[in-house]
This record gives sequence, C-alpha cells and structure tokens, in this order.
Amino acid sequence: MINLTIDGKKITVLDSTSVLDAARQNDISIPTLCHHPKLTPFGGCRLCIVEVKGIPRPVTSCTTPVSEGMEVTTTSPYLEDLRKTVLELILSDHPNDCMVCEKAGDCTLQELAYFYGINPPIPPLEKGGRGGIFAGERRVYTKRDGNPFIERAMEKCILCGRCVKVCDEVMGVGAIDFTYRGFKSKICPPYERDLDCVFCGQCVAVCPTGALTGKMWTLKGRQKEIKEVDTICPYCGVGCSITLHVRRNEVIRVSSKDDTINEGWLCVKGRFGYNFINHRDRLTRPLIRIAPKNTKEAQKIRSSEDKTISNSQPLNFSTSHVFREASWDEALDYIAEKLKTIKEKHGPDAIAGLSSARCTNEENYIFQKFMRASIGTNNIDHCARF
Amino acid sequence: MGPGGIASSGADVISTFESELKKVKVDALIEEGCSLHKVGCFGLCSKDVLVDLEINGNKTTYQYVKPNMVQRIVQEHIINNKPILEWTTDEDYQNFYKKQVKVVLSDCGKVDYDSIDSYISISGYRATEKVLKTMSPEEVIEDIKKSGLRGRGGAGFPTGIKWEACRKVESQQKYIICNADEGDPGAFMDRAVIEGNPHAVIEGMIIGAYAIGADKGYVYIRAEYPLAVERLTLAINQARKKGFLGKNISDTGFSFDIKIKLGAGAFVCGEETALIVSIEGQRGMPRAKPPFPVYKGLWGKPTIINNVETLANIPYIIRNGAQWYSSYGTEKSKGTKVFALTGKIKNTGLIEVPMGITLREIIYDIGGGIEGGKAFKAVQTGGPSGGCIPVDMLDLNVDYESLAKAGSIVGSGGMIVLDEDDCMVNVAKYFLQFTQSESCGKCVPCRIGTKRLLEILDRITKGLGKVDDIEILEKLSSDVKATSLCGLGQTAPNPVISTLKYFRDEYETHIKDKKCPAKVCKDLLTYFIMEATCTGCVACMRACPAGAITGEKKKPHVINQEICIKCGACFDVCKFKAVEKE
Ligand SMILES: Cc1cc2nc3c(=O)[nH]c(=O)nc-3n(C[C@H](O)[C@H](O)[C@H](O)COP(=O)(O)O)c2cc1C
Ligand code: SF4
Ligand code: SF4
Ligand code: SF4
Ligand code: SF4
Ligand code: FES
Repeated sequence: MINLTIDGKKITVLDSTSVLDAARQNDISIPTLCHHPKLTPFGGCRLCIVEVKGIPRPVTSCTTPVSEGMEVTTTSPYLEDLRKTVLELILSDHPNDCMVCEKAGDCTLQELAYFYGINPPIPPLEKGGRGGIFAGERRVYTKRDGNPFIERAMEKCILCGRCVKVCDEVMGVGAIDFTYRGFKSKICPPYERDLDCVFCGQCVAVCPTGALTGKMWTLKGRQKEIKEVDTICPYCGVGCSITLHVRRNEVIRVSSKDDTINEGWLCVKGRFGYNFINHRDRLTRPLIRIAPKNTKEAQKIRSSEDKTISNSQPLNFSTSHVFREASWDEALDYIAEKLKTIKEKHGPDAIAGLSSARCTNEENYIFQKFMRASIGTNNIDHCARF
Repeated sequence: MGPGGIASSGADVISTFESELKKVKVDALIEEGCSLHKVGCFGLCSKDVLVDLEINGNKTTYQYVKPNMVQRIVQEHIINNKPILEWTTDEDYQNFYKKQVKVVLSDCGKVDYDSIDSYISISGYRATEKVLKTMSPEEVIEDIKKSGLRGRGGAGFPTGIKWEACRKVESQQKYIICNADEGDPGAFMDRAVIEGNPHAVIEGMIIGAYAIGADKGYVYIRAEYPLAVERLTLAINQARKKGFLGKNISDTGFSFDIKIKLGAGAFVCGEETALIVSIEGQRGMPRAKPPFPVYKGLWGKPTIINNVETLANIPYIIRNGAQWYSSYGTEKSKGTKVFALTGKIKNTGLIEVPMGITLREIIYDIGGGIEGGKAFKAVQTGGPSGGCIPVDMLDLNVDYESLAKAGSIVGSGGMIVLDEDDCMVNVAKYFLQFTQSESCGKCVPCRIGTKRLLEILDRITKGLGKVDDIEILEKLSSDVKATSLCGLGQTAPNPVISTLKYFRDEYETHIKDKKCPAKVCKDLLTYFIMEATCTGCVACMRACPAGAITGEKKKPHVINQEICIKCGACFDVCKFKAVEKE
C-alpha cells in the first residue's frame, strides 16, 4: 500500500495505482478526455495534469503511478489555466456544430468546454474555425466510408487514441491507427481505405466525441425523450447485457453499460443488429404450413394467398409453401399431435430437437428435459455447441 | 571522407592518387610504410577535399583538392619533395584546429573506417579488453561516473548514473541501444563519428553492455544515412570476425552482439520511448515516463539508450582514465563536445571543443568570424529545440548550465551563426515549421499549439500581425512547454521564446511598422529604383519576370509596386546599385 496526499487529503491506495485512479477512488475529480479506465493510459489530451511536489513541471495523472509520500495538487489557477488553453486549442480545430451533432449532450468535449467556460466563437471565423485567440486553420475531411454501421466524422476527432486502443487491446483487430504527422495526424484504416473490419462498434462506444457514431442512429434522437431499457442481447449464448434506447416506442440504438458482465463490450450483432425488432419480416404469431397435395391445389391455394396469410406484408417464402395464421393453442396442439404420431409409428429416436442460443438457459433446460423425458430420446442439440 | 567530402569528389581524388602513384611506381614502396588511406571526416567542410601528405613525419595538408590537381601534387611534392605552397591550407585551417580538443573525433580523419586493423593499430579495442579482462562492471560504472561524462544526445544526463541504475535492476534480459537517429536539422556529428570511426561506437556499446549486463544491442540509425549504415555494418561484421562481438568475447565468458535497425526519418523517433516502440515495430510515438527505459524499455526489459557521441567517448575514457577526461570542461559539464558549426561563418564544419569555451572563441577563433565582413547578430544553438543567443552574450560559456540559463540548450550540438541579414522572426518560423511538422500528433499542445504558433509567426512575417500577437505567442509558448508530453513539444517553443526575449523589437517592427529590419520577409519589402543612380540600362527591365519595370533607355526606370512580386531579380541584376529594398 502507498500513502500519499492529494489536495491535502491523506489517502492510501494499492501499489502501482495511477494518481488519477487514486484521486477518483477518493472522490477527487480530475478532468480527462483521452483516458479510458479499461484501456492502457495514453497521456495525449493533457487535461489530467496535476502538480506533484518536487517535480518542476505538471505531470499527467493518468500516466503517473503513485509513490510513497507524494504530494499532489489537482487544481490551482495555474493548472486550470493550462487546461483551459488545451481545451481552447482542441476547439480551435473543431467544427462548431454541436447543435446538429449526434453526440451533443453525451459529449465529453462539449461538457468540458461548458465547464471551463470556453469563449464563444468571435467572428470573423477563419476557414470555418471557431475564432478566438487561437483561431487558425481547421482540418477538413470528406466522409467517404461506405460501411452501413460506423460514421467517421474525423474533423471532430481529437486524437485521443481510444478507438485505436480498444480495437487493438480489446478486440485484437487493429483496423485503425494513427497516420501522418503533426497537425495533419489522423486516425484511419491502412492507406486511408474505407473501414473494413468486424464492425463491433467498440470504437464508437469509447469515442468521447461525435467523431465516431452509429450510422443507424443518425437523426433518430439524442438525449431527450429517450427511455433506457436494460435487457440481455438475444443473439447468442454469451448473454451480454445491453441497454435499448427507446424513443416513441421504437428502439433507436443499443448500448451496453460498463458495469455489466460483458463490461460494456458488444459485437456487431448486439450493437447494430437490432432492426429486426420492427422488421416487417418478423414473425409475431404462429403460422401453420398448408402443404398442397398436387400442383392444381397449390395453384388454388396460391390464388387465395391474401386470405390465408394474415401478416400485413406478404411473406417471401417459396410459392409452393403457404402458411396460414393460427392461435398458440392450435399450433401447439398440432405439434403435439404430429410428434405423438411419429413417436408411435417410428419410435422416439426418429425425433430430434435443435435448440437455440437465443433462448434463455431456462428455456433450453426445459427443452432438453422435454426431449429426454417426454419424447424419450437423447437426440437433442444446440446451435451454440461448438 | 564524409558525405561532404564525397560530394566534393573525394572518391575521384583518391582514385586519381592511386592511378598517379601507380604511374610513377610508388606502389613498390607500399611495403616500406607508404600507403594511401581513405579516412573519415576531418571537420572542416568548407575546405573539402582535404588531403594530408605525410613524408618522414612532416605533414602537409592540401585544401580544395580536385582530381586534376593530383598529378602536380604527386610530381612536385611526392617525387621532388617540394610542397606546392599555394595549395596548402591557410591560416584559417590552422586556427580552425588551434582551440579544438579532439577526443571523440581524435581518430576521425586518421583511421581507415573500412579497416578494423587500422583501428586496432591505434589502440583500438584495447579498452574493451581492459574492461572485460580486468574490470568488474561496477568498476566500469565508477570510472564513467568519475569522468563526469554526460549524455550527448540532448538532455545531458550523467551517463554513469544512468548505467548504474540499469545495472541495479534485476532482469534476465537487458538491452543497450545506440541512438543514431540524429534528426536535428544542422547536426551531423553522429554521422561523422560513425562514418569516420565506427569501431569506437561499437566499443562503447560493448563496454556499456558489459557494465549494465546486456547481451543484445541495437543501433537505431536513420535510413537517410546509407553511408554510415554501410560502414557500420562492415565494422560490426569485422568485429564479429575478430571475436569482439558474439559469444564468449575474448574468452571472458561475456557475450554480446549488435543489430542495426533502420529508422524511417521521423525526428520524434530520436526520443527514447518513441525509438523503443519503433524498434518494436510500432508507430514511433513517445509515451510518458515513468517508467523510464532503464526499468522498462525495449520489449519491457531494462534498457539503456545512449547517443552515438556519448558511446564513442567511452573507449577513450577507459583508455586514458576518468581523470584525464574530467580535466577538460567545467565543474558540471566535463569533457569535450562536438558542435556542427554552420550558417554565416567562414569556417563551417564539425568542431570538438572543451566544455566551457566561450561562444566568442568558437565563432571568431575557430570559426574565423562572420563571412563577408557582416555584423554578427546571434547564434542559434541546440537545433529546433534550442534558442538564439544575441551578440552581447558572446562571452557566454558553452556548457549545459550556462546555455540553459541563457534560454537555449547544448542539445545535440547544432550551432548556426546568424548575421545582420537574418530576420529573427523568420528564424523562429523556420525552426517551428520543422518541429510542427515533425510532431507525432499524440498530444494536443504540441499538435495544435505549435501549429497555432507557426500560424501567428507566419502572419507576422506577412505583415498581417496583430497587436496582441506577441502576447499570444508568449502565453501559448509557455503553455505548450508546460503541457507537452515529450521533449519535442516541451522545447518546440524555445526558438520563439528566445527570439522574443532578445529581439522583441524585431517582432514589433514587423507588426506595427509592417517592416522587416533584416529585409528578409518578402511580403514586407518594397523594391524601388533610385532615380539618381539609375543609368537606364534596361537590365532590370529584362530580368523582371512579372514585367513590373517600365522606363526608356538611358532614363531612370520605375517599378510598378502593384505588379512587383518581390522576387529580387532587379536587385540582383543591377550593376549600379540603383535598386534598393526597404
Ligand atoms: C524529439 C526528440 C528527438 C531526439 N533525437 C535524438 C537523436 O536524434 N539522437 C539522440 O542521440 N538523442 C535524441 N534525443 C534524446 C534521446 O531521447 C535520449 O535522451 C538520448 O538518446 C539519450 O542518450 P544520452 O544520454 O547518451 O544523451 C531526442 C529527444 C527528443 C525529445
Ligand atoms: S463532438 Fe462534441 S463538441 Fe464536437 S460538435 Fe459534437 S457535441 Fe459538439
Ligand atoms: S468496429 Fe471494432 S473492429 Fe472495427 S475499427 Fe471499431 S473497434 Fe475496430
Ligand atoms: S475517433 Fe474518437 S476515439 Fe478515436 S481518436 Fe478520435 S476522438 Fe478519440
Ligand atoms: S510533445 Fe509532440 S512529439 Fe511529443 S508526444 Fe506530444 S505530440 Fe508527440
Ligand atoms: S487523461 Fe491523462 S492525458 Fe488525457
């Protein structure tokens, strides 16, 4: 254990804790932009600077480990002034359009600019910049990604490196990295090609600004009138916790919280694969297939398609198979009847059951119980049995 | 021969000597002690190609030697023993060397860089044998500590203390890295050392490795130095063959080998943490320290990074003793330092001087003063991270502490002399342009802050400066220095700060009067023709690419200011000095 003082407060923390973590564990807040608690420290934004007695220049608290007897000051007019300069610099190279930005209201940069009372832009604005004392050239990029998931507005990128690190350290993909030097530095895929990766969207989740957002949630709503519903991802057996962002009874976005079993990480399906919820092809009631006895009858059934299929949109199945809507009771009776007949005629091993990862554990348990106890067969398998 | 010598056709001079000597059948004498050596850079670049002729112990040095001069030298001097006095070096040459003390460079220009035997013949590898056979690692470290040697890569950290820290770290695997990235514009001493005496660097690395307990070494060298890479590669192979590198060196049980790693020409990769990740195959971006490389360096293992010049000093210190080395220099800055003397000075080139020598001695005694009788204005030391020192501080001692106090640094040893024709705002802009474009982009103050500084300087030189620009420059400079992550950003504003400190009036003239006192900033100049002196020769009219000059023959001409693009062609072409700029 290490003893140190932060802002005069005596505290004790574990060895090799960073000064930032030590402060935060003790409810002392230090502003950060590039730091992410689950990624290795970066030390790029310079907002988390603190003064340490005996060290002549400010140090970044996110990268500095605590040491015995250390005396740390996290705020002083000097430090706040430096932080303000850093923020002014970032904003001097930032589009001035929070009002139409997907991230507004949830943007760390916006929040810090607000708290530090960054001067509002003073005209004349040079080349679309913000004006102010550090007015100057602003990076201008054209968006060009063709992918359906991730919007990359790199003009808003503050080069905090979080996306690069999450892609490398958490995903092991390494689809993006820093390129170029100096003011022109830019995060992009190799050779500035379009993003072509697994599209897990982890980078979107960690981006502190509006540089990375989901294409699917563009213009669907930001913070107002959003109901957040915590649930479990229905896609696979991992069972990641997800949060549905619901606006006017429509799921407009999926996210995941840090303090969940999956630590907030998701895959492409969990994060972006939610539009089946309101999809027209989604089955909402049981259907029973009408198997035609011969071609003539098939034609007849087909001509009366509109009557037999009650889904508002016609189903895109092969025309030789036609379904009719049924109640749950009718459908279940029908299945029970058929299973019984097969079992009597061919024995229980003529039946096999295949269960789904999209069911809960309980449902899967009941299904195998049903197959073994009621049907009497061990022919039971599961899509996630790798 | 360094690249300067080669560019001045040094190779041709050598081959001409070879063929001329053959013609007169001198090759028969080779066994009796006459030989032709190609050697590394001597230092005095402005007089390339230099040829030393030593006959019975009498040395004559010829300057500006061209292949077509060789025949006469061979005929008159070698055969008839009559030196050609009008071609030998002049007083400048003698003065250039008088106040210099050569340690690192002592064998550059003497030893044949292509031959390990040549190096061994001048006591080469004797330090290695002494260390491996008779000294414990702790004794080596003690020696280096006593010598007072400080890192020559820029920061000036005491080498012995760094080694000691690394020695004390327990680890199965340690590394030593030689930093030969030399990215400072204007610095070329590391290159000269490697090209002139590569074995001294290898020796330094072996001794360092032994001291800290490393068995692997890397030389991180920029790919833009093909000649240095070639000579170093050859030297490493020779050392391996002779058993100075590899397993069980000289039967002492100590094993060590060196790999060369090429850098891709990023200035920031000279920074030690960036250099390490670059060797590891990642983008060279510095990281915060601690942990220092001494504890967590290459591949996470304890690592020592030393500059080429630092390492090349080691064998000399071991051979001649710590006391000998520390007899040069000042209280806190011991030994000698190599500087690259360039700019508006008569004798440009590499010089090695004892620490503590004054700027005046360097510029006037060694450098021969300002070229063309112009007035000295300032000297820029330490490259893009350094600052400008004005004329009234010429008696400043050149050592780590004094230069830092004056707002500059020793740095890697660049020294650019500026005269009355240099605009200080422009000088600051030049260096900032470099650092700004070489920023790795990781941290905000360096990436955006230096860009803003540059933009402000740019508008000042264009006559668009605003009254509060000086204030913004000062504030932003000090904030960038205070908040940047690595040495690049922390020092990038130095040229601005030091020029603002000593030449504030130049900034003010640019901003308030829209004039450039040194007449450098194009946008602030007006060219006009003096009616009284103009003879109407039409030379300027013909020379002007913009067609801005009108006038009749034999009558004074006029420049139309609206068309003039300020290229200065008229100024250069007028024989009567009738064109003036203001
Ligand atoms: C931006 C930057 C560039 C540097 N470039 C070099 C370089 O080209 N060569 C060098 O030896 N040291 C360079 N350094 C210094 C190194 O980081 C390091 O301090 C040095 O190699 C240590 O060796 P020394 O103790 O022998 O001086 C640079 C530092 C910075 C911040
Ligand atoms: S990224 Fe943040 S600061 Fe930038 S425009 Fe969007 S909301 Fe505003
Ligand atoms: S979506 Fe996932 S894989 Fe693609 S760049 Fe982002 S983090 Fe990397
Ligand atoms: S895209 Fe976002 S996460 Fe990535 S570096 Fe830029 S601001 Fe940071
Ligand atoms: S100071 Fe400049 S070069 Fe150094 S880490 Fe920051 S951005 Fe990179
Ligand atoms: S949070 Fe520490 S530098 Fe960004």
